[in-house]
Amino acid sequence: MEKSNPNVYMMQGNTACAEGAIAAGCRFFAGYPITPSTEIAEVLAYRLPQVGGNFIQMEDEIAAMGAVIGASLGGVKAMTATSGPGFSLKQENIGFAAMAEIPVVVVDVQRGGPSTGLPTHVSQSDMMQARWGTHGDHGIIALCPSTVRETYDLTIRAFNLSEQFRTPVLLMTDEIIAHLNEKIELPEPSTIKIINRQKPTVPPEKYVPYAMTDTDIPPMANFGEGYRYHVTGLAHDETGFPTNDPAKIEEQLLRINRKIERYRDEIVEVEEFATEKMEVLVIAYGATARSAKKAVQLARENGRRAGLLKLKTIWPFPEKEIAQLAQKVSRIVVPELNLGQIAHEVEWATCRALPVVRVNRINGEPITPHEILQAIVG
Amino acid sequence: MDYLYYLRQSKMPHIWCDGCGHGIVLKSLLRVIDKLGWDKNDVAVVSGIGCSSRTPGYVDFNTLHTTHGRALAFATGLKIAKPQLHVIVVTGDGDAVAIGGNHFIHAARRNIDISVIIYNNYIYGMTGGQVSPTTPTMKKATTTPFGNPDAPFDISRLAAAAGAAYVARTTVYHYARMDLYIEQALTKKGFSVVEVLSPCPTSYGKLNKLGNGVDMLMYQKENTVSLEKAAQLTPEELENKIVVGVFVDKEQADYQEHYQKVVQKSHNV
Amino acid sequence: MDLKDIPEVKINTDWCKSCGICVAFCPRKVLEMGMFYAQVAHPEACSGCKMCENLCPDFAITVTLPVKTAEKVK
Repeated sequence: MEKSNPNVYMMQGNTACAEGAIAAGCRFFAGYPITPSTEIAEVLAYRLPQVGGNFIQMEDEIAAMGAVIGASLGGVKAMTATSGPGFSLKQENIGFAAMAEIPVVVVDVQRGGPSTGLPTHVSQSDMMQARWGTHGDHGIIALCPSTVRETYDLTIRAFNLSEQFRTPVLLMTDEIIAHLNEKIELPEPSTIKIINRQKPTVPPEKYVPYAMTDTDIPPMANFGEGYRYHVTGLAHDETGFPTNDPAKIEEQLLRINRKIERYRDEIVEVEEFATEKMEVLVIAYGATARSAKKAVQLARENGRRAGLLKLKTIWPFPEKEIAQLAQKVSRIVVPELNLGQIAHEVEWATCRALPVVRVNRINGEPITPHEILQAIVG
Repeated sequence: MDYLYYLRQSKMPHIWCDGCGHGIVLKSLLRVIDKLGWDKNDVAVVSGIGCSSRTPGYVDFNTLHTTHGRALAFATGLKIAKPQLHVIVVTGDGDAVAIGGNHFIHAARRNIDISVIIYNNYIYGMTGGQVSPTTPTMKKATTTPFGNPDAPFDISRLAAAAGAAYVARTTVYHYARMDLYIEQALTKKGFSVVEVLSPCPTSYGKLNKLGNGVDMLMYQKENTVSLEKAAQLTPEELENKIVVGVFVDKEQADYQEHYQKVVQKSHNV
Repeated sequence: MDLKDIPEVKINTDWCKSCGICVAFCPRKVLEMGMFYAQVAHPEACSGCKMCENLCPDFAITVTLPVKTAEKVK
């Protein structure tokens, strides 16, 4: 049957992620099967060879993470996708990408943990691992979609941010969004904004791979394009070679933290719903934001003035946006599928000036609108 | 041959101890690259963690010093992204077949067009002399003070069993042989491995009373037997002998050749 | 014998770690161990085999063959 609009699809979140990656210019995917992320690998195994890209199933999640870093250094936009246990395994190499400033996208389709946990059930319990999963201090960007279309858009955004800031970007989706089939209309490819890494404009002998530039983001040369330089996970100076000079070490480490923090206004994306004249603010993200939106609607219908702040960026944390809205309300409700990982951040963002009510669940079941409504009503 | 052309001279002298064989391996690698006439821009040297893995820092190529054991994973992505690069992995026994053992056998199985030079010194040198997966049984290391109860891996036979297109073993003393094997490996389509036995007088030699670098090289000189000769010797006669030679040298389609077929099929759907 | 006709063995004393490998394995005993690094004690004995250069782990020895020999090798 002929579709009236060729850009409209019935699509699952994982498929949207794969298609978003291709639209963003991803031409290399390395993965390892793990529920509930596997469809991303399956779709890309089919699609990438059709568009001149490469798909490879590696021997484990660690190898997949290493391979995407290698591919990105070779100049190809690269992504891997995984879930809880695999996300844990990838952490060391995520730290490498942060340290060596190599753009890559890592998708974590969250499932119940700890350990093998609940492979086929939803969770949002990797939010803190996304921020602090590696050893050492570095900035990180993590995005969180709550619809299939958002999964598509935020996958593209993840690539753009990783290329712009020379950093790994994490797409923190979850089992519900990943396996949810929704009708979506994809944008015309020509309307999609694509950002590519800034390459050096100086001749190779003048190239300083980790130069302290005004932007804090030095241009990146791809391997094999005439700029021979050294890439290491060791603490290094601006030339990329290992150093033990405390001043040089600090200069570089502060820069890889600052390069995210100083652009936080550009990176942070939130969405407000019914936040005018409100008494209670619900802050939610991912699958739980869907229940939260319904709960706010129900509350408004029942004369309770509730609003929703949906977080599409989790790291850097939208503390400024939260603090501003918090001034308008007497209470905040944070529903999430963990024991309060983001609620804790909200308390910090609001200096504990008002009660932050937690609605938590860690048994693999989603939080219902009614449960959030109860918390709103109090 | 001008080694200096290939060295990052400001990083020299290198960190390897006096009598360590690693520098001899590196020189052989550079001689071969020089002989092949490869452009420095077209060569990528990738390593993991350990003494041998410090190699990339000293050579003027595209160089990548990755995480412990993962050099082959990074190299796989790099080779696929930039097939025109000659991707050479330099690694040690611990890096390649302990923490990186899984990547090693799978890269061999996949037959991806990467060459691996393994500097096998039977020990973890960088961390001060701990037992490695190639430390012979009952030999000492700082973590086996009363002798190693484990059996060692035979890296070359492991690579051969896993499907590598080219596998050879030699010692640093037999440098001409090393040049030949490394050249054959670098020009081989598919996954190629050269295992080079390299003395570690500082840790392995000292703990096992094997003398200094000179003594350990002398041992290599006097106790090496070829694969052909080894086939005629009894296990007792082969005890403490180093068996060298070409274990595998075969022509077979590599990963990229197979992937091209995948690409063609993907267009036919 | 004219010195121009024999190979020139040069030691980079900044890089030599005095491991003694060149001294031990030189078939003509050209080199001797000094206080801090290897020394070319008998240059006239050198056959230009480059064993010292190839076995030096520290890139500290360079053997330059005389023009005539170098051409013969080619």
